[in-house]
Amino acid sequence: MTKKKKISVGMIVVYLILIIWSLTTIYPIIWVLQNSFKAKDKILANSFALPFGDLFTTANFRKAFATSDIFGAYKSSLFISTMVALLVVLIAGMGAYALARYKFKGSGLLMSLVFGAMMFPAFATVVPVFQMEFRWGLANTGSWFRNMFSVILPQVAGNMAFAMVVLTGYVKGLPVELEEAAYMEGCNAFQIYYKVIMPLTKPSFATVAIFSFLWSYNDLFTQSFFLRRPDMYSITMMLNNISAKEGTDYGLMAAVVALIIVPVIVVYCFLQKYIIKGMIAGAVKG
Amino acid sequence: MGANIYRNKKPAMVFLLPAFLFMTVFLYYPFFKNILNSFMEIKQLGASGTEFSAPWYTNYVEMLHDTHVWTSVKNTLLMMVVTLVFQVGIAILLALMVDNISRGKQFFRTVFFFPIVISATALGLMFNLVFLYDKGMVNQFLEALGKQNLTDWKAEGIALFTMMLPVMWQYVGFYFVILVTGLNNISDELYEAARIDGATTLQRVRYISVPLLHNVICTCSILAVTGALKVFDLPWVMFPKGMPLKSTFLTGTYMYYQTMETKNVDYGAAIAVLIAVLGIVLSKVVNQIFREKEY
Repeated sequence: MTKKKKISVGMIVVYLILIIWSLTTIYPIIWVLQNSFKAKDKILANSFALPFGDLFTTANFRKAFATSDIFGAYKSSLFISTMVALLVVLIAGMGAYALARYKFKGSGLLMSLVFGAMMFPAFATVVPVFQMEFRWGLANTGSWFRNMFSVILPQVAGNMAFAMVVLTGYVKGLPVELEEAAYMEGCNAFQIYYKVIMPLTKPSFATVAIFSFLWSYNDLFTQSFFLRRPDMYSITMMLNNISAKEGTDYGLMAAVVALIIVPVIVVYCFLQKYIIKGMIAGAVKG
Repeated sequence: MGANIYRNKKPAMVFLLPAFLFMTVFLYYPFFKNILNSFMEIKQLGASGTEFSAPWYTNYVEMLHDTHVWTSVKNTLLMMVVTLVFQVGIAILLALMVDNISRGKQFFRTVFFFPIVISATALGLMFNLVFLYDKGMVNQFLEALGKQNLTDWKAEGIALFTMMLPVMWQYVGFYFVILVTGLNNISDELYEAARIDGATTLQRVRYISVPLLHNVICTCSILAVTGALKVFDLPWVMFPKGMPLKSTFLTGTYMYYQTMETKNVDYGAAIAVLIAVLGIVLSKVVNQIFREKEY
């Protein structure tokens, strides 16, 4: 919109409201950060002061690293979320390609099965999945690797439908001429997928991968069923556990919250274009 | 020509198999198994039910008499109204404002979205500190403004408010971004024409932006209603086990409580069925109310 630049009272009010709302989203994070560097009693005395001079201490962070296996939790979380993102992109990508390009009897039915799968709340599937994986010897075992996969598999399934909807839409929008050219050169369907479709779909893959990663990284509900052993905690499980045990050590709580929030915010600032797109695309999943 | 490549359907099956295998094994099968579970006797998470309840609909009768079920349904419905009115409402206002400013659009987009990328668990812990009785952020702030006694934000009566405020706040940015995208799709020529006709900013918003945004608002409303049914992490972290006095249960947290805390797995399954039914019915209702219009 091209508008005349004049400063009206209305504009000032608009900016004021927008700034107030952005303060509600920024300030609590700053508040937690500044208090993570203060001793507990100093937080209670004045939580709004910046942690300079006498106020400053790294004791909370030292305690956090000493009492909980934070690196172990990061390792679990990163492994789970990376695998989820990779598997979702790989499997949903193939499925989406077929749904977008092949027309056969029942392809409409398959598409509605995909949409239907988005409606299932995790509440209604988690217990049977646990029972099933328990029978397979996957869930609730002593093996780190198997336990990780007991979370990864249902999370992959949970992201599958949304990913297929997004990717199918994207592949449908690609010009079919390139595939025809590859076909003339003698490529079969698998080669076409690998050499033509996959490179072209990269932006949409990125969106889907980032969304699945974040969703899996932030999810507490599914993980609380499958990761109940302290040595296998993911980040969210560890957070939840520390709050149950040490909820009154506010300095420690602030430090732990800071440890999980900061990496996410940093990554978000770099990848925000894809993240916002992915979140909107994954809207139906919420 | 294009049809030639894809005349051979065999590769399609190979492409589709893994995805549908995943969805069948981890979504469709468990969903129906869960319905079956709700008619069984299961006292352990890992065990499958072997016996049916006697009579088989026991859990559903129990649900009718369980006051906590009613509390949680009531709270969830209230949560829906709150998300619908305030989440979407505030998002509409913010989106219309950002659409009409010339500087800082990108900044506000980035910043309003912050809470959505952070895990609800971390946010829950953060709000535990913010609403702390003994000198949390809010109480210290109110004290600085001259308020005499501290407010216990987790006491009965006010607990629901303290729970819903962060949930509401977290997703405003999400609907905001959807709405801003919708506003960007409105052609500049319409605004241009209106300005030539002498329309004020408010009139342009009232007669162009809002009507053309109808479908996007409809989408947001459906998302807000179905989203409210899925809320779990934040309330569970802030108010575990429905405290105080089991008054803050939502359908999701109550299902978790029955399954994990009291090991009443079959009853939890019945509540999960209730959640699924509520989800389907309510999204149909909202769809009817906000039926999409063609322009």
